[in-house]
Amino acid sequence: MHEYSIVASLINRVQQEAAVHGGARVHRLHVKIGELSGVEVDLLKTAFDTFRERTICEGAEMKIDTVAPAWACPSCERTVARGAILRCEACDRPARMIQGDEIILQRIEMEAPNV
Amino acid sequence: MCETCGCGDPEIVPIEVAERILSDNDAQAGHNRSHFAGLGLLAINLMGSPGAGKTAVLEATAKEANGRLKLGAVSGDLATERDADRLNASGIVSATITTGSACHLDARLVHHALHHFPSNDRDIFFIENVGNLVCPAIYDLGQAANVVALSVTEGEDKPLKYPVMFQKADLVLLTKIDLIPHLDFDVAAVEDALARVMPEASLLKVSAKTGEGIDAWLRWLEQRRSAPVERATEGHEHHHHEHQHEHN
Repeated sequence: MHEYSIVASLINRVQQEAAVHGGARVHRLHVKIGELSGVEVDLLKTAFDTFRERTICEGAEMKIDTVAPAWACPSCERTVARGAILRCEACDRPARMIQGDEIILQRIEMEAPNV
Repeated sequence: MCETCGCGDPEIVPIEVAERILSDNDAQAGHNRSHFAGLGLLAINLMGSPGAGKTAVLEATAKEANGRLKLGAVSGDLATERDADRLNASGIVSATITTGSACHLDARLVHHALHHFPSNDRDIFFIENVGNLVCPAIYDLGQAANVVALSVTEGEDKPLKYPVMFQKADLVLLTKIDLIPHLDFDVAAVEDALARVMPEASLLKVSAKTGEGIDAWLRWLEQRRSAPVERATEGHEHHHHEHQHEHN
């Protein structure tokens, strides 16, 4: 259960942004979580609901965009489907993950007079 | 503008961040990486389930190296110092990182351990992570390579069940292969599973008990040591931070 430690980092980051912009109250966070990031979205929500109390995120909503994993050949950019052998048949090169492991704070919506 | 009554006050503004939530850990890991480079040691993050045989592999590695390499290790453990005691007895200079209830090591814990480590004069520095196939994969520690120990008693489908751990691995050590004659374990099936989650699937079969395959593992380490390959970026929207840090 590392989701609590991720939420702790998330709230710290929001606090830093709030300090920079003179923000008082956070209304909404947008985060991007890859399906192969190792973060469970439901656990992240539970952790956020627990930890946001008495922080700048109290009452804030967390919007989570999940990102499906995808791999592609670094030479010909042909994609390799999930569950397949992660190798380009045409070029015989190992495919690279191009998305799906994100743990990203994308955007904060807050009341901020200094912006 | 105000969402509840539309009065227009106070203003709600969007602040674009687009940064990894664990960017603090990433920065600390980058800092650890420069420590390791400065000390000229190869740092290996060794992960795997509880009981996969991580400590036994390190004991066998020390035996096989037979004093040719100076080995060091920190072991992440929830409550005890048993692993470090075992490793010290095998000739690996070792310390424990007691994590309490935390299920993984992070870069800050490793940094602290590095500063309190009994010896800076090591060739290879193993970071034996907490036994867990999920959480440790997420945290960069500053290692040169991720190695996952998977024992033959765990089943061939583990890579498909825990893809996050295996996709981050540079090498998988299939451990306890001396038990294969007693099990219905299909090595080809685990190789197939790995190829579906690990783009450059790389597997070495070892037995800490008989010593089989430990020589190949040691060669892999020595090759990494002479030509360290920096692991590609962790994540695709990775931001590097210049990190100033004072040491006491």
